[in-house]
Amino acid sequence: MNALNAAGFPLLSLLTFLPLVGGAVIMMIRGPEAAVASNARWAALWTSLIVFALSLVLWFKFDTSSAGFQFVEEAAWLPQWGITYKMGVDGISVLFVLLATALVPICILASWDSIETRVREFMFAFLVLETMMVGMFAALDFVVFYMFFEGVLIPMYLLIGVWGGPRRVYAAIKFFLYTLAGSVLMLLALLAMWYAAGSTDIPTLMATQFKPAVQTWLFLAFFASFAVKVPMWPVHTWLPDAHVEAPTAGSVILAGVLLKMGAYGFLRFSVPMLPDATAYFAPMIFALSVVAVIYTSLVALAQTDMKKLIAYSSVAHMGVVTIGIFTVNEQGISGALFQMLSHGVVSGALFLCVGVVYDRIHSREIARYGGLADRMPKYALAFMLFSMASVGLPGTAGFVGEFLVLVGAFKVNFWLAALGSMGMILGAAYMLYLYRRVIFGSITRDDLKSIMDLSPREIAVFAPLVVLTLWMGIYPSSFTVFWDASVHAMVEKHIAALASTSKLAGVIVP
Amino acid sequence: MNWQLALPEIFLSCSAMAILMYGVFARPERSFVMSSMLAVGALLLTAMLVLSGTPGAGYNGLFTVDAYSHFAKLLILVAVGLGVVMSLDYAEHANMQRFEFPVLMLLAAVGMMLMVSATSLMTLYLGLELMSLSIYVLAAFARDERRSAEAGLKYFVLGALASGLLLYGVSLVYGFSGSMSFAEIGRAMADPKTASPGLTVGIVFIVAGLSFKVSAVPFHMWTPDVYEGAPTPVTAFMGTAPKVAAIVLLVRLLSDPFGALLGQWQQLIVLVSLASMILGALAAIGQRNIKRLMAYSSIGHMGYALIGLAAGTGAGVRGVLIYMLTYVFMNAGTFACIIAMRRQGRNVEGVSDLSGLGRTDPAMALAIAIFMFSMAGIPPFSGFWGKYFIFTAAVQQGMWLLAVVGVLSSVIGAFYYIRIIKVMYFDEPAPAFDPRPASLSFVVGASGLFTTFFFLFPAPVVAAAEAAAKVLFR
Repeated sequence: MNALNAAGFPLLSLLTFLPLVGGAVIMMIRGPEAAVASNARWAALWTSLIVFALSLVLWFKFDTSSAGFQFVEEAAWLPQWGITYKMGVDGISVLFVLLATALVPICILASWDSIETRVREFMFAFLVLETMMVGMFAALDFVVFYMFFEGVLIPMYLLIGVWGGPRRVYAAIKFFLYTLAGSVLMLLALLAMWYAAGSTDIPTLMATQFKPAVQTWLFLAFFASFAVKVPMWPVHTWLPDAHVEAPTAGSVILAGVLLKMGAYGFLRFSVPMLPDATAYFAPMIFALSVVAVIYTSLVALAQTDMKKLIAYSSVAHMGVVTIGIFTVNEQGISGALFQMLSHGVVSGALFLCVGVVYDRIHSREIARYGGLADRMPKYALAFMLFSMASVGLPGTAGFVGEFLVLVGAFKVNFWLAALGSMGMILGAAYMLYLYRRVIFGSITRDDLKSIMDLSPREIAVFAPLVVLTLWMGIYPSSFTVFWDASVHAMVEKHIAALASTSKLAGVIVP
Repeated sequence: MNWQLALPEIFLSCSAMAILMYGVFARPERSFVMSSMLAVGALLLTAMLVLSGTPGAGYNGLFTVDAYSHFAKLLILVAVGLGVVMSLDYAEHANMQRFEFPVLMLLAAVGMMLMVSATSLMTLYLGLELMSLSIYVLAAFARDERRSAEAGLKYFVLGALASGLLLYGVSLVYGFSGSMSFAEIGRAMADPKTASPGLTVGIVFIVAGLSFKVSAVPFHMWTPDVYEGAPTPVTAFMGTAPKVAAIVLLVRLLSDPFGALLGQWQQLIVLVSLASMILGALAAIGQRNIKRLMAYSSIGHMGYALIGLAAGTGAGVRGVLIYMLTYVFMNAGTFACIIAMRRQGRNVEGVSDLSGLGRTDPAMALAIAIFMFSMAGIPPFSGFWGKYFIFTAAVQQGMWLLAVVGVLSSVIGAFYYIRIIKVMYFDEPAPAFDPRPASLSFVVGASGLFTTFFFLFPAPVVAAAEAAAKVLFR
């Protein structure tokens, strides 16, 4: 074990594999069905809470002044072939580990009553999913990363397919094949990099200089994988299907964490390892992102299904993230990271909001609702806060990220920023329109007249998300401080790398 | 002469004869189970003999023992052992409890071991025919059933044709190089410029004959029919050990004596590999019978394994060996599950018969799900590692067409694998299967554990495969 490990014990491995242990325990529960279900719920909740509590060590012990990897663990795996089991976090990944560990208990709590069949298997799949997510953000070896990155497909496929809505089979298979098609191309890039560098150690790969011609191909392979995961226009079509059919908790984790895997991949691999290709392809990414922001916002405006509307808004928000990443300046990347975090919290919360009314009325049709403010004031308040955060109202989490990204985009190109900011305007349109149709107006349907407001359990689900949304909006520095050093180092390195290639090519940098 | 080199083969042949004698004289109602047990014991002892054997060449250049043949023989013995165990229960139900069954499997095993140790075209052909003749009989073993008889006949006629092609190729190679021994042939074609075109024609015929045995496109036509018709344990057997033997033999033949003519046969293998991967991925989509589906799946898998051969490097051979290892376990496990698909004593073979298995038999459903994810190449299961090392070889040689087509067809293939998982977990339950016998649970459990936990300790296996590959590519 490495001396750099600040926790004194293999914290990241523990965070990664503890859910798996909990899952194994859950699968051993025997007895009558009701008792099994109840025990499985509690066991899963406790497991995820313990994991979350452990992950708080990262929050307190993380050295924010360092740009390097911390809490590093290493173990031999295939040592002769340059593959090691290596875990560690830097400023870019640390908060995503926390995001994943924080959202899982919330999801388990949110599916307490809404999952009625095969509860034990559901909880098992969910904890396996947590293992995969945490492991992916903590991996410092490309092969380890790849295993977790693809391993996510297995539990998610089952979550959508077993506990999903009416078109769940179609959605699950589409999700699986779309993501797999992207990631197998990344596997080839991984092998090519392994061959070139002789190791799959991520820090080593970051220090390796690949030839610009090779970088182009590697970038495209990575792009195939990460663009599907983000998802970027035009490969986003799996997302609305998956979101609509997935159970609420599945949607929350999909929007909250899984979509971040693509953007995280860009930040971890494409930008630092392939600087020339990043510069070369940035305009293409900008174009696709701007289309995503404007087009999917317009599509969201026309939706009649609440989950679909939020799904399309996710695509638009992730478009802002990809703009931020590929500006490759400190504001842009910092904003992208912040947007990823805030989107994880806010869109997760919005899906939970849909889940609340879906559990009561069993419909996601917007037209089915109206006037909920009368019967559900607490719900209306929470929904409003998250809608505003999604729009990017100052004082909420959504504002900081979009603002920073736009600042970063302005440094690159005026039109990029101008078109990117269209997302905020259109976002206000579709979110307010949604809010008005669902919450305001008068109650016309009989079953809505007796609808109940948030239960204590649901309040417990929303409370941490409300706090986080406001905290991130009012005092963003407590989050940005984590990645400032890492982002600074990354941008410096990018500029240096570009300068050295242009020198090699004999071109004078303007 | 060091006759001990072939001690494992000699021992196994003698054991087969002894078991045959036992079967003839024992009481008929007990002879099958007992001779199967004896066969498993003989296989275990043979494996120990293989492990304790020392490398060397002998029998006047006909036969060799090296790390490469070691690896292959152990894998073959494991695969045959699993095959014997799998057939225990099936034979009882299908009324084919005859003691010749395990004996034929042992003889096939001897043939395969000869194949992987062959360093002469003569030994190669002898081993191949011993294996094939045994399997022809096995395929037709349920002789009262029309499908089985048809499968046996079909396999025999087409197999004989393939043997003819192979033999013709052998005669051409002999004619143009003047020798049967691999070493002599290698010397005769050391310089590709002066090598006679007749040799190339001979190689093409030999590759065609062996492609038939590994069921690579375009010599795959027999596979779905024979897989479907043969008794399921025989299908399981055919799908594992003979494939290993044939591909290992093909690799040795092409990279050792024909190594200098890489440029000649590489395009051929690339073509066969591409066609197998694509056909395996596309043709399986429409299948409703799970045995036919597995036939196309195995065609696809052979396509992947051939990528390693096409690379023509040590890394490629290493990839082939690791791939075949993971393939044997995935396949044996899946077929054990297929044998266990039985309702009221009758075997069922439809994919739809698996409906809702996740609820009626969670353990078996989990096992099948693991095998399917593994075959689709999803990490962390062993199938991923097979593909990983295969594609490594392709990428190192810059064979991008193979690599890209390979990964994309694996995505297409993933569709039918996850469709089986969909049937098991998302669909409404069909009536439950009969209770599984312990012998099948053992095979499923062992293969499942290997497939699932291979990723924890890959290093020794990869090291062994690398050492084996070094024999061919120093």
